[in-house]
Amino acid sequence: MELTLNHYLVLSTILFAIGLIGVMRRKNLLMLFFATEILLNAVNIGFAAISHYRGDYTGQMFAFFIIAIAASEVAVGLGLLIVWYKRTGKIDLDQMTSMRG
Amino acid sequence: MFEAVAFYLFATLTIIMFTITVMTSQALYALTAMAAGMIFISAFFFILGADFLGAIQIIVYTGAVMALYAFGMMFFDTTRTLVEKRSNPRLVVVLGGLAAVLVVLIVLAPIVTTNINAHYPIDPSVGNSQAIGMVLFTKYLVPFELAAVMLLVAMIAGIVLAGKKMDKSLTLMADEEIALMHASSTQNTEEGAH
Repeated sequence: MELTLNHYLVLSTILFAIGLIGVMRRKNLLMLFFATEILLNAVNIGFAAISHYRGDYTGQMFAFFIIAIAASEVAVGLGLLIVWYKRTGKIDLDQMTSMRG
Repeated sequence: MFEAVAFYLFATLTIIMFTITVMTSQALYALTAMAAGMIFISAFFFILGADFLGAIQIIVYTGAVMALYAFGMMFFDTTRTLVEKRSNPRLVVVLGGLAAVLVVLIVLAPIVTTNINAHYPIDPSVGNSQAIGMVLFTKYLVPFELAAVMLLVAMIAGIVLAGKKMDKSLTLMADEEIALMHASSTQNTEEGAH
């Protein structure tokens, strides 16, 4: 029973699907951020697996940059979320209608 | 053999943890399940020989990102049960599955069709961390520096956004009071300038 690249890609896809379901299901913005973290992690698994099975460091490099992007996304997003919560007292997606035309 | 056992064990655990994160109605359960899932994912990196990436995964995700979420959740009312929209759950499942299949096709298509040559082939004579350092600081130096600047910008943005007016509760104030506060603060800075 030898592990192949397809095992990891299928796992990555399953996790990505879980994240997508989370993005479509959640109304609370904090939970939405959790779902996006799951999406980024699923992609990271795929990159690391391709890097290993193709014998190339490029996949791991991309995974590093994705981790850096995820970290900065959390910092900015959480800051915006705190400001929004201080203003309105809610972090529900359906109530963000201030830009409605 | 042990590789396969570890893979299936951690795959099951990760899927369970992330399903809890997505499906639970308690924010704290979601946070803890998420942190556990992040640690389980680092196991895949160790299995794949990407040791440095696995260590970074644990340090950055469970150390920094989840801690940041935990601190951020202190601002929010997390004891309240989350109310989610459930207009058409079957449509959501179908759309998620369809998108996932598309992603598989996108990933598999170039691998199946063409032979890919490694740009930076894995060198077994040096360790993973050493090789990562050599590639990162020669071939990927400019993206690395750009990522550093991006993290600095994100840090300053986080401090400015979350740290402003920490002593006042903008939720409990009326819009007029907030406008008044802004007016007085700009007046103060103008007076300070004169």
